[in-house]
Amino acid sequence: MTITQFTKVAASSLLLLGSISVSHADDVSRGLEIAKEADKRDTGFVDSTAKMKMILKNKQGQTNSREVKVITLEVEGDGDKGLSIFNTPKDIKGTASLTYSHALKPDEQWLYLPALKRVKRINSKNKSGPFMGSEFAYEDISSQEIDKYTYKYIKDEKLNDIDCFVIERYPAYKHSGYTRQVAWINKQEYRAEKIVFYDRKNTLLKTLTYAGYQQYLNKFWRADEMLMVNHQTGKSTTLSWNNYQFKTGLTDKDFNRNSLKRAK
Amino acid sequence: MNCKFKTINILTFTLISFQCMAEWSGDITFQNRYFINDPLAQNLEQHNNYLSVYSEVEYYSNLNSDNKSITFTPFIRLDQYDNERSHGDIRELFYEQVFESWELRLGISKVYWGVTESQHLVDVINQTDNVENTDGEDKLGQPMIKASFEKDWGLVDLFILPYFRERTFQGPEGRPRAFPVVDTRQSSYESSDEEQHIDYALRWFQYIGDLELGLSYFYGTSREPLFLLGNRNNIQVLTPYYPQMQQASIDAQLTTEEWLWKFEAIIRDWQNIDTNTAQLVDENFFAMTGGFEYTFVGIYESSSDLGLVMEYLYDDRGIDATALFQNDIMAGLRLAVNDADSSEALLGIIYDLDNQERLISLEASKRFAENLTGSLEIRGFNNIHRLSRLKSIEEDDFIQIDIAYYF
Repeated sequence: MTITQFTKVAASSLLLLGSISVSHADDVSRGLEIAKEADKRDTGFVDSTAKMKMILKNKQGQTNSREVKVITLEVEGDGDKGLSIFNTPKDIKGTASLTYSHALKPDEQWLYLPALKRVKRINSKNKSGPFMGSEFAYEDISSQEIDKYTYKYIKDEKLNDIDCFVIERYPAYKHSGYTRQVAWINKQEYRAEKIVFYDRKNTLLKTLTYAGYQQYLNKFWRADEMLMVNHQTGKSTTLSWNNYQFKTGLTDKDFNRNSLKRAK
Repeated sequence: MNCKFKTINILTFTLISFQCMAEWSGDITFQNRYFINDPLAQNLEQHNNYLSVYSEVEYYSNLNSDNKSITFTPFIRLDQYDNERSHGDIRELFYEQVFESWELRLGISKVYWGVTESQHLVDVINQTDNVENTDGEDKLGQPMIKASFEKDWGLVDLFILPYFRERTFQGPEGRPRAFPVVDTRQSSYESSDEEQHIDYALRWFQYIGDLELGLSYFYGTSREPLFLLGNRNNIQVLTPYYPQMQQASIDAQLTTEEWLWKFEAIIRDWQNIDTNTAQLVDENFFAMTGGFEYTFVGIYESSSDLGLVMEYLYDDRGIDATALFQNDIMAGLRLAVNDADSSEALLGIIYDLDNQERLISLEASKRFAENLTGSLEIRGFNNIHRLSRLKSIEEDDFIQIDIAYYF
């Protein structure tokens, strides 16, 4: 390599570096734009109810199932309010959890224990903990607010013939189990098709794939199936959703301590 | 049935938004309780191993409406030896209606007040079903009219309690139990209305940021009895006496990301037996429980959580207290494995700072199959003081296994 050649290479790598830092700022704002658009398109559903079946599968293929009724109230300018009522396994039938989710400050969470008729306020530090022994962490199933993450656009990519934006998002809240998540966002509909999760050591942890998207009220996309595969343990969890209903007339009153005790 | 027909109507005409819901669910549990030591010589009738079976069933119907429901929860236990522990109870049989700004509940029901773990001072609506376990957490159904009002300034519950339920006590063959045996057929009351006395209660509850605060007032028959000496067939027995009481209480919990801070306190005005004269005298006392729970999340890079619980239990009557805990410390470890089988364990010790008595308990449970759970419970009564009211159960350390089938 001659000196001239070397200088050229050095100069061009300097140029390259420059363009990287410029495009980095661009990628951050573009990532945020995509997240904002996705959020905008899912705004206005007001409330929803749905039934969810969870199938937990371990490495040996043994399965466990749970049935949960999920009720959500959209809260403008804050995280949603959610009520989950467990129907099976039957030993926890009637157990219900109420969550007021927030973007950056900790979620507020209550648990109703039917045997004791006791409502317990619980702390929300275990965001990274498994939801009902599944491969979904609490942070995976809680309301997804824009401010919960910072974003970066990575590239465009086809996923199963669907044009997608690939973005990375980095949890901005405390106690997350992830350094980053890589999400494939459908370019047409701004809905997530796949999310890959990296653990605190930035090692590949889980992959979530969405299937059977259906549109409700001509606007809101909901997946019939969500499959979470844990690459480190070989376990997986499938969430199957049905009986989605929107704008059912729920109010704040349906998401308080008394309604938690009454929930069926 | 009727319900199915209605459901078809709904599907066909889609006129109404609510769904018909009527269902039965329940469990049947087999229990074996093994006592490690032989009974005290004074408790001749007791045994070393007790088998029992119990079942609780719930029927719920929303009465084809979105604001009314009925709930019926019968309970029954059959015990191998103890005729008093073999018993049935209607835990719940109530009608509930939710109106625009308030809710009404009519019938037999259960209500829980409070936040602490080691004892439940403020929780006074339901009587303790004392034959069930030593922790006092099983409750008898209480007839009530309950009205709840939700306001910006808090949640208000008003109770009218038209009938009193006596505490259950073990029979001569029961274990662990008091000595002499408690004879519930000779119960007596301060009020001439006896169990017909109408009790009242009022509760206000509010969230103030991360603080939850409850203030309660109860007026009526004390759920906690005093014990008078009596006899039955020339054998000495204890007879329960239920005084009237007024109790005001506060319960509060402050929740932060890692910590739960808990506090309960009561002041009670009632009668007690003067230890010098053996006469019933008026008594006022103060008692409290306060402490914290701290959770270590994902210990050793697993998905298990380990909670550390510590509480201080105090009663200003000291050694004369009718309560067991007057200057005690509770320390506990709560393990939640967060696995598919919901495996969990709770180890607790209550240590008496005055006489060094130790009550030790270990509870562990997991799900073995979709409809089957098992639990293990170990209770130990350690270093019991010779003048302690726990003297009669000092040899009653037990290991208990419950296998529950759910349907």
